[in-house]
Amino acid sequence: MGEPLTFHFDVDGDNFTSAGEASLSMKKNLRQLGISPEIIRRVSIAMYEGEINMVIHAGGGTADVTVHSDRIEILLADRGPGIENIDLAMREGFSTAPENIRNLGFGAGMGLPNMKKNTDSLVVDTALGVGTTIRMTVLI
Amino acid sequence: MKMKRVAELLAAEVCCGAELLESEVHSACGSDMMSDVLAYVKDQAVLLTGLVNPQVVRTAVMMDMRCIVFVRSKAPTPEMLALAEDSGLVVMKTSKRMYEACGVLYADGLRLSEAN
Ligand SMILES: Nc1ncnc2c1ncn2[C@@H]1O[C@H](COP(=O)(O)OP(=O)(O)OP(=O)(O)O)[C@@H](O)[C@H]1O
Ligand SMILES: [Mg+2]
Repeated sequence: MGEPLTFHFDVDGDNFTSAGEASLSMKKNLRQLGISPEIIRRVSIAMYEGEINMVIHAGGGTADVTVHSDRIEILLADRGPGIENIDLAMREGFSTAPENIRNLGFGAGMGLPNMKKNTDSLVVDTALGVGTTIRMTVLI
Repeated sequence: MKMKRVAELLAAEVCCGAELLESEVHSACGSDMMSDVLAYVKDQAVLLTGLVNPQVVRTAVMMDMRCIVFVRSKAPTPEMLALAEDSGLVVMKTSKRMYEACGVLYADGLRLSEAN
């Protein structure tokens, strides 16, 4: 691989049914690029958790993935409400998701810790009323 | 265990992926919380669930699972089946409840993971 490859996705916040489409497309792209299954799985899980978060907590956003020769970078950006207390949000089991989200199978407060677990670096930039940007890196 | 055997044990109806039933699976998990599947599951090939929405299929694909079993006669939608087919997943449905479905497979040797 020479030049980094970039992939852009718009994540629709009004439609829970389509949540995860960006992550699924990205997974197919990574397979086509011949990335190893273990790396693909980690990227898929981290991106999917982040994508679902943008849909259920932030009204949607964008996902930009860059595939470098030595790493994959995932940038998730939304203009949602922001995260009030990031240390709390990073804890397993902390969730502000309402009952209807739990009925859809999400809202256990496991997403952010799982994103951290599956990536080599995770940086959250968030401001109340402005939005949240999450940059994750997985080393190849 | 062949996926064909999974279908037999659960008296399940195969909704898609019938051509893949001869392949082997070695582990399974049961949950209605996709959050937990994404966070705790590692290398499980079969997902048993009572939850029906497209995120069940996408979660299984993200986790590289091979087969989804809907319990309590829950029926996947055509949209979900198209998604599953596109990703090479087997989908079945059984009238058994979660507890019994998991128990039957466990008793026949399908365990939590290959290592256990
Ligand atoms: N993009 C975001 N915008 C605003 N708040 C967010 C965002 N992502 C996460 N949060 C907040 O952080 C909390 C924890 O997120 P996390 O992904 O760990 O759990 P969850 O989404 O509530 O449940 P799960 O991920 O298990 O389905 C959320 O409940 C929400 O309050
Ligand atoms: Mg989450």
